[in-house]
Amino acid sequence: MINATTALKAESRELNFFYSNGNQALKSVSMPLYENKITALIGPSGCGKSTFLRCFNRMHDLYPGNKYEGQIVMHPDNTNILEAGVDPIEVRMRISMVFQKPNPFPKSIFENVAYGLRVRGEKNQRTLADKVEEALKGAALWNEVKDRQQDLAFNLSGGQQQRLCIARALATDPEIMLFDEPTSALDPIATANIEELMSELKNKLTILVVTHNMQQAARVSDYTAYMYLGELMEYGDTDTIFTRPTRKETEDYITGKFG
Amino acid sequence: MTTQTLKTKATVLENLVAVRAMIRRHKRNDIIFAAVGLLALMLGLLTLLTLFLDLVMDGYPRFNLTFFSEFPSRRAANAGLLSAWVGSVLVMIVTFLTAVPMGVAAGLYLEEYAPKNWFSDLIEINVSNLAGVPSIIYGLLALGLFVYGLGLGESILTAGLTLGLLTLPVVIVSTREAIRGIPVAIREAAYAVGATKWQVVKDHVVKYSQGGILTGVIIGMSRAIGETAPIITIGALTFIAFLPPSPISDVAPFINFEWLGSGFTVLPIQMFNWLSRPDHAFATNAAATGAIIIVVTLMMNGTAIYLRYKIRKNIKW
Amino acid sequence: MNTAINMQNQSIALSISPSLAKNVRRNIKERLIEFILMLAALSAVFTTFAIVAILLYESLGFFKVVSLVEFFTATEWTPLFEDAHYGIMPLVSGTLTTSAVALAVAVPVGTIGAIYLSEFASHKVREIVKPMLELLVGVPTIAFGYFALLFVTPLLQKIFPELPGFNMLGAGIVMGVMIVPYIASVAEDAMRAVPMSMREGSYAMGATRFQTALRVVTPAAVSGIVAAYILAISRAVGETMVVAVAAGQQPTLTFNPMEGAATITAYIVQVAMGDLPHGSIGYQSIFAAGLVLFVLTLVFNIIGHVVRKKYREQY
Repeated sequence: MINATTALKAESRELNFFYSNGNQALKSVSMPLYENKITALIGPSGCGKSTFLRCFNRMHDLYPGNKYEGQIVMHPDNTNILEAGVDPIEVRMRISMVFQKPNPFPKSIFENVAYGLRVRGEKNQRTLADKVEEALKGAALWNEVKDRQQDLAFNLSGGQQQRLCIARALATDPEIMLFDEPTSALDPIATANIEELMSELKNKLTILVVTHNMQQAARVSDYTAYMYLGELMEYGDTDTIFTRPTRKETEDYITGKFG
Repeated sequence: MTTQTLKTKATVLENLVAVRAMIRRHKRNDIIFAAVGLLALMLGLLTLLTLFLDLVMDGYPRFNLTFFSEFPSRRAANAGLLSAWVGSVLVMIVTFLTAVPMGVAAGLYLEEYAPKNWFSDLIEINVSNLAGVPSIIYGLLALGLFVYGLGLGESILTAGLTLGLLTLPVVIVSTREAIRGIPVAIREAAYAVGATKWQVVKDHVVKYSQGGILTGVIIGMSRAIGETAPIITIGALTFIAFLPPSPISDVAPFINFEWLGSGFTVLPIQMFNWLSRPDHAFATNAAATGAIIIVVTLMMNGTAIYLRYKIRKNIKW
Repeated sequence: MNTAINMQNQSIALSISPSLAKNVRRNIKERLIEFILMLAALSAVFTTFAIVAILLYESLGFFKVVSLVEFFTATEWTPLFEDAHYGIMPLVSGTLTTSAVALAVAVPVGTIGAIYLSEFASHKVREIVKPMLELLVGVPTIAFGYFALLFVTPLLQKIFPELPGFNMLGAGIVMGVMIVPYIASVAEDAMRAVPMSMREGSYAMGATRFQTALRVVTPAAVSGIVAAYILAISRAVGETMVVAVAAGQQPTLTFNPMEGAATITAYIVQVAMGDLPHGSIGYQSIFAAGLVLFVLTLVFNIIGHVVRKKYREQY
């Protein structure tokens, strides 16, 4: 089964998640994540898609009282990244994330991209400069900022800031990149740029993206998962989900009858 | 094909080993910093503890009832706090009666009445500025205005008014904070049944914020009790071996105001007085007084903090 | 017909007028109350005005005798001596030296404390530590004066045997400990105002708490932290009892904390303790000194508030 085109990169197994107030936000979610593919999570707001995404880099660990049950296993090393013995920092070094709203640091463009490398203890200026350039090129931002890398990142436009955040996430060669509604705060042109970028990025890494925009899911993703009330209702390759969904609920959501 | 996957697995695992070693190193910094941070915060508390124990141990011989019932004396062992604690109580009465009505009224005006314009801005700038003025400057104000300008002399009234002005910003700020917590819906509900603005303010706004106001009042008063510099500045550092006339008399109208014009001393002044004597025996008296002042202020502050904690816990709008 | 209308009008007027009168009365009462409350609020303006007026008025008398040039350039301050000199600089140097020592203690300790409280401490620890710090703020400064003179200085003398009994080092250190809670709480405010999304961005890159605190949160909150320092300077400059008790009474133009020297505040206390005739040059000199103190603290307070406001607007 496993071949070059559909190698498994990670999978969640019967994942339950509870917020500190006791609310169960995920109910026994099992889903694969294929290598060098884009998997999209769709569903009405509050369905748990962002919660699910944030399990992959243990973001929930930042807030006390949250609880995971079940597994998220990463391949090829078969590490269950939710296991108590696995440090969330280790997970985040392998899986990077791009947020809903661009959240650059109050630093220069260069320092923003170099952040992950500096966090890993990289001090060599040459290496830093090379990797920053590579990442900025990878995020299709190099041509716009190459002459002003020392400018404050806040001076960039919203779309540029988001690409900067992608460059930041890219600079450390992550295995998986998570996108949490990455274009919801952007205009259509910036959105198109980001979508194009994602399609290019999947040659290097595996992508999991949460989107509230079904056209986006249809345009960029290879696989789509529809979630509702914390449950994974349907999962399949994107064409199938959007043309011949097996479940009535999925069809209703996709055709806009609901949600 | 298979070999390639295996190789990737090997590199990933190798990478992981390096990453884990690095994380362990980084996390050591986390632990070290957490320890240093806690220590930094403890420094203040440790100082407070040391200070208090130091005062208690140094002042130990003075902890008996006669210390409270004797006047100051030239002989350290006979000297007591009677005039000082009575003075503190009387000065605090004046301070309370000045700062609380004025402060609450000012807070109500700024929060409920003041239009948003240059005028309210002016008042607000002044309040926040006054909170940052060193207390000794209030002493100079009192010296020029109350002692000589209004001819009130070095009296309890002067001291009380001075500390009242000093406490005013604390009361104003805490009143405003307490009022701000009351939702608009409550006010609208009262207006909806035909209440006038003053009725809304008096029956609802003040009523629901009185806990918060009280907290601020206690904190302000505890600060006033320990204030030394402004009282010295008005020139009240004299040998006081008498009590002011009693505010209550046995003939009608049973109350008199002569005490307001009386000379006085207060606890921190008495402590400073003893502390600045070259004769070391008086340092014992100073230490005992210091311990007493700290107990009083800590108790007041503790009450205020507890009160605020209770209010926060109980009221959920 | 006419009378009927008249009568009708009259009856309406009759029934309205009492409640109308009541309305008017109520209106007057409401206005009066608002006016009284406004007067109370104006007391703050009045106080500021009175402070400035008194300081200026008495200083004016002082500066009729003493030229501004002498005031700011002479290196001796001896207004009460036969051979009087009126150079404020020795008092300013004493004030700045004690404040510098205090800040040298309070800035690192307060900043580290703030970072710990904001980024490391659990909710529970914060709930316990913050009230404790408030208690520390509530301790009367005269008690700290005792502590500086009779506990810290003897301790320091064991390390520096040549240290005099009155010295700026001991007073400055104790003052620094007093200011720590102040810096810690203002700086912590600034750090907590940094949006969570920025921390998440850092943690998502695999940063540790310490890295996030140091490389992202602290730079993001820098103007608020600087504001805390500036407001702390103002506190230190205006602090009176610790220096009056422990730093010394002799105005000396020195920046050496190992020596004793009077500060502006200590001088005012020293003069006020004596019996100076109202209107004498010595009496006026404490207002001139007070004016310098007032202006110094005002400038620091204004800068501090402006800087602080800037970070509030940032997020």
